[in-house]
Amino acid sequence: MTAIFIDFATEATVFCPDLDFLHHSRREANSSADGEITSRMMAKIGPDDPIADVDRHRSALMAAAQGGDSAAYQALLRGCIPLVKSIARRQGVTSDRVDDVVQDVLLTVHQARQTYDPDRSFTAWFSVIAERRAIDLIRRTRRQDQREVYAPFAFENHADEEADPSRGVALMDRRSAVVRAVETLPGRQREAVQHLLFEERSLADAAVVTRRSKGSLKVNLHRALKALRGKMESRDKP
Amino acid sequence: MKTLSNNDSPHERLIQHLATELTPVRRLRSPSIRALGWLAMVAATAILLGLFADLPAIGRRLAAAPDMWLAVAGSVATAVLAGFAAFQLSMPDASRAWAVLPLPAAILWIAASGLGCLRAWFVPGTHVADLSEARDCLLFIVGLSLPFSALLVVMLRSACPLQPGLTALIAGLAAAAAAATLLNLFHPFDAAATDLVVHAIAVASVILAVRAFSSRRLSPEFLRGDVTGTMDRSN
Repeated sequence: MTAIFIDFATEATVFCPDLDFLHHSRREANSSADGEITSRMMAKIGPDDPIADVDRHRSALMAAAQGGDSAAYQALLRGCIPLVKSIARRQGVTSDRVDDVVQDVLLTVHQARQTYDPDRSFTAWFSVIAERRAIDLIRRTRRQDQREVYAPFAFENHADEEADPSRGVALMDRRSAVVRAVETLPGRQREAVQHLLFEERSLADAAVVTRRSKGSLKVNLHRALKALRGKMESRDKP
Repeated sequence: MKTLSNNDSPHERLIQHLATELTPVRRLRSPSIRALGWLAMVAATAILLGLFADLPAIGRRLAAAPDMWLAVAGSVATAVLAGFAAFQLSMPDASRAWAVLPLPAAILWIAASGLGCLRAWFVPGTHVADLSEARDCLLFIVGLSLPFSALLVVMLRSACPLQPGLTALIAGLAAAAAAATLLNLFHPFDAAATDLVVHAIAVASVILAVRAFSSRRLSPEFLRGDVTGTMDRSN
């Protein structure tokens, strides 16, 4: 059976299949009612109380989500976003961080969904999670602010140590020295360096192209590198 | 089916992602029942170790100094209550007040152990543990705490603790108290000052090690890993 109800977060129409308890359209309470729900959790709520209805409805959605009903789950999470935002603001989260809290709470609820007992109030359970995640984010932000310094021009004013104009010339000089050193190597070693390093062929490809065994190529490459290291070190010595 | 919600918002994308990967879950048993499961494993270990212990010697020691029961009762109560408290704290909506539950028992345990230590000083002929015995105590407490705390942390991870540091601290207390209780099977004498210090160091080390090792592993960020890795939260 497919039920339709109004998503109170966005006032959008959402379709929820296989939910017997959602036969008719229902406008949920807005987020200001959520605070009232939380404050009244400890009080006895009558069976006809609209706020208790909201909570029972959420509990039913969560129970369906625990059973794997993704439409109920989406409707529940969408509907809880205003509640998270209201709790985050109440805890003192700055407006630019409220969305971070929402994301964090959604992930945490997803992770903790097996801990929810449908006999208990969903809104109370959810509100505690939202409060804790909001407080965690405030603490994290505070720690981050203590470690980091706000310096908008620091990046632009920071000298790039690698931006030395002569560095490119030195690099080219070194590269041509390597090429010259490779040219002085015996033929097989030069061949191994050419195919395996300069042309970046795999050992198998290089073996096919040069018609030599992989072992021979490896030995020649090893000898070539050793010889090149010696040549470059003697070149760099003053 | 079509929804008129704003599909471009990061929240909507996250909700759709979570709904896509939604699988049916089995509701977690109540914290008390899961705590009983852990305590049953501790009890089974105690029965197993009891087969190798000199039970008549323990009986003689208890008959000579019945107040030793107080220390044993204190450590047993600390293990039981800290175990229950750790499982309660592992629930995401748990109150921090659960952490206070094992404290009275822990005070009884510490006070009664201190009393035994004083008698070892003042009563002539009391057996006083030497350094090698004290070292054995340390190894016993630390060695037995390892499997107890590992099992406890694994069981706690199935919930979603939002106070991972506090949960790990109380879990460490439960494991250390359980190990210290079982030490009585092989320690039928009062702890002298040095021995008591060794016990305290062992218990404190276990608590702090479990706290340091497990608090990150119990955190939602660590446990979720696979979910956040796939989500783009920057848009």
